[in-house]
Amino acid sequence: MPDSTNVMTALGLIVVAAPVLQFGILGGSSLIDRRLSERATMRLIQTATGAGLLAAVALLALMLPQSNPHVPIRLGNWVDIPHYHFSIKFVFDRLSVPFVILSYVLCGVISAFASNYMHREPGYNRFFVFYSLFLLGMVVTSLAGTIETLFAGWELVGLSSALLVAFFQERPAPVRNGLRVWSVYRVSDAALLIAALTLHHMTGEGDFDKLMGTASWPYGHASVAAREALAVGLLLLLAAAGKSALVPFSGWLPRAMEGPTPSSAVFYGALSVHLGAFLLLRVGPLLECSAALCAAVVALGLVTAFYAAVTARAQTDIKSALCFASLTQVGIIVAEIGFGLRYIPLIHILGHGCLRTLQFVRAPTLLQDYRQLENAIGDSLPRRSGFWERWLPERFRMWLYRFAIERGYLDACLNDYIAAPILRVFQWCDGLEQRWLRLLSGEPSDEAVSPGKSARSLDDLL
Amino acid sequence: MSELHLPWLAASLVFSLLGAAWVACVRDPRLARQWSLIFSGLTLLTAVGAWLDFDLLATNEAIGYGHLQTQWFGREFFVIDRLSAPLLPLVALLHFLTALTTLNTKVRRFSFVSALISEAILLATICCREPWIVIGLLAAGTVRPYLDLRTRGQPTRVYVIYMAAYVLLMVAGWSIVEMEGQDQAHSLWAVVPLLVAVFIRSGIAPFHSWMLDLFDRSTLGSALLFVAPLTGAYAAVRLLLPIAPDWVLRSIGLVSLFTAVYAAGMALIQRDARRFFCFLFLSHSALVLVGLEMGTPRLSSPIGLTGGLCVWLSIGLSLGGFGLTLRALEARRGRLKLTEFQGLYEHTPTLAVCFLLTGLGSVGFPGTLGFVGTEMLIDGAVETYPYIGVAVVIAAALNGIAVVQAYFRLFTGTRYSSSVSLQIGERERFGVLLLAALILIGGIFPQQGILSRYRAAEELRQQHTEDANETTSSEPEQGHKH
Repeated sequence: MPDSTNVMTALGLIVVAAPVLQFGILGGSSLIDRRLSERATMRLIQTATGAGLLAAVALLALMLPQSNPHVPIRLGNWVDIPHYHFSIKFVFDRLSVPFVILSYVLCGVISAFASNYMHREPGYNRFFVFYSLFLLGMVVTSLAGTIETLFAGWELVGLSSALLVAFFQERPAPVRNGLRVWSVYRVSDAALLIAALTLHHMTGEGDFDKLMGTASWPYGHASVAAREALAVGLLLLLAAAGKSALVPFSGWLPRAMEGPTPSSAVFYGALSVHLGAFLLLRVGPLLECSAALCAAVVALGLVTAFYAAVTARAQTDIKSALCFASLTQVGIIVAEIGFGLRYIPLIHILGHGCLRTLQFVRAPTLLQDYRQLENAIGDSLPRRSGFWERWLPERFRMWLYRFAIERGYLDACLNDYIAAPILRVFQWCDGLEQRWLRLLSGEPSDEAVSPGKSARSLDDLL
Repeated sequence: MSELHLPWLAASLVFSLLGAAWVACVRDPRLARQWSLIFSGLTLLTAVGAWLDFDLLATNEAIGYGHLQTQWFGREFFVIDRLSAPLLPLVALLHFLTALTTLNTKVRRFSFVSALISEAILLATICCREPWIVIGLLAAGTVRPYLDLRTRGQPTRVYVIYMAAYVLLMVAGWSIVEMEGQDQAHSLWAVVPLLVAVFIRSGIAPFHSWMLDLFDRSTLGSALLFVAPLTGAYAAVRLLLPIAPDWVLRSIGLVSLFTAVYAAGMALIQRDARRFFCFLFLSHSALVLVGLEMGTPRLSSPIGLTGGLCVWLSIGLSLGGFGLTLRALEARRGRLKLTEFQGLYEHTPTLAVCFLLTGLGSVGFPGTLGFVGTEMLIDGAVETYPYIGVAVVIAAALNGIAVVQAYFRLFTGTRYSSSVSLQIGERERFGVLLLAALILIGGIFPQQGILSRYRAAEELRQQHTEDANETTSSEPEQGHKH
């Protein structure tokens, strides 16, 4: 009779190895220009996703009877030199197992959907390479036992998301939006990296078990002073805000809908938009060390929920409306975390992810649904005026409408007050550099760069 | 003594010099490329042999391979140590890949002879610790880009001004160091010229303009080979760091941090692919100097120094590959502007993957060669400069955005219609796959590489500590004399 710990370790390894193999085979074959056929690609994905999912469910079944479900799997030190080690550790607990199962279920469903949706598309292979990278990133992030491992998965998710948004690369708009997503993600990555380093220097550890106490999630306790917790926590909150499109980074979420519907559904509606909330759940014990930090989390969550709820009402296309509806729920989830709840936000994530995936996948046929409804009732669908429509003054409603249709001016603010000044400074320096070179080389100034003609935002650059 | 203990270094120098002489006699450019490939391939093999022989079989001590040198000159000028061992195959690989990926349309413009000569000079520089010979070789290394500019009929004024200043400052600085002797702390008259010389060669702001000019006017291949091995960093290790006082080291770190962020930001707004590459390179080159400066005794951060040495290798390989990919694209489309979408993905998907992989490898993306090294560098920088060290993270973030932006510019957009096939050739494919394999394998199995760089860092720190102790122990004696 095999030892249950060994069985769980073996199952855990399957959960991690399945997406690695899937990405390795798909990416490797593309790199050497020996692309798999559509059928072979789909079989590989079904096999890998199925194996990973079954192993995760089996692990959950083995963990359920345990009073303290916490299965760490150490793959040893990836790098081990004096004064520094980088260990790879995965943790299966009450937080990671549901999240990884959600990732497998939704990615599996969407891969089946996408096999038809993307059939004979020129970028079929490319889509599934990015998709595999995304799944790998999600699994690594969900199961990460150290903050460095989480960071690695976090970056994989970011890159695959940006490339998927820019999937229809013949048109400029998806590419611009892909770059926007990538830029926000890089800010988020930088914040996470600084937070990880600060935690390392404060506690000498990057291991969640040691950072957040030895008790399994959510009963850990971080031994960090309130002030330090606030500093690191705010960085983590910034990282979460970028990843989950919380205010003021919400502008990238509707832009991400330029990608193929399957990727929008699973990534921005269901999984990657919840990663920020997942991070906050993972570092929950740290949040509990500082009341001010909890207040900041609640405030950001509520502001995002309110903003998204208002903005969703003025959207004119179904995918944008759905993504803001999704963001409303994410804001509420973040607020729940700030209030000190742990299981409720987790359940909220699981339920919301599944529901939103279904809605996104159904989105392309919504017009057909409406048409059928109208045919059935023989008239156009009735439009009811809302509660606020009756009670709010006309002028305020108009202002609110403009605010919603412009998506809270968040993108404009980030462009005008953050990106543009920075770019202008660099463009001014570039002009100086060119003048200096012309002066040295004694050439006439025939290519003077006028700051007035320069790009004002990242969008202008592309 | 192991059975493999052969004069690998001497062999690699001989192969490159012999190759240069042989190729010079070949008239047909395509045949010249083939011979050049054979000789640079042999140089690469012997350089790899030297590295393996040293790393796997040698002891911790720096080992000379110059039995012939001893016989002829009575001493050994060229030795391999932990710092230089992996740099040898890196330099040889870059030269080999450059020759390999030179297309038929470019064989007349690219000088294989001077490439082989510069390879020999670089290999000799990396294995030399004698300050005057290092200075002589560094000076000799500047000749090839000058000749390249002259051959192309391009103005050489900017390049000559900067390189003349670089060589003169090195000579002046080291002359004063020698005059002052080893038994006292060196004066600013000795340190500052060497500091500025290192800044010029490494392209640290505001001494970096020559690199923009060189990339703008020279062939991309020759400019790449001149900058990619980071000879300026080597000059810093051999000439400056052992003698520089604490405040100079700190100022190197701070100026390099500023340059890393500045160049990363500048890369973001460039509209010409070469200028973009140049700024990207400058940003990374500055990061290496940040790491090197952290390993000195007073700012002792072995992790930061190890990170710096790892980043040195990873950007040599990643940005070398990135530059070669850009060169392959230029060979198809001419000078590339980043103001419009080039739509090259459908023609060359493999080059697109290589571009992204090498670019992300340079910024330390997970799974690539630079990931752990960059983490260590950031760790060391934050430890040494608690607040300003965050600049490394900002630089990495900006560089990441710049790389993906350039990728989108070059490979996306409406498919470029061409009357001739732009697909990747077999030689290029081999080069691309080799680079991808090295970047990924180095990223997935980083332990050996990091350990090797850690030992090199320890060796460097030990040398610096010995130098510092010598100076410190002699200072009271001097005071006593006064």
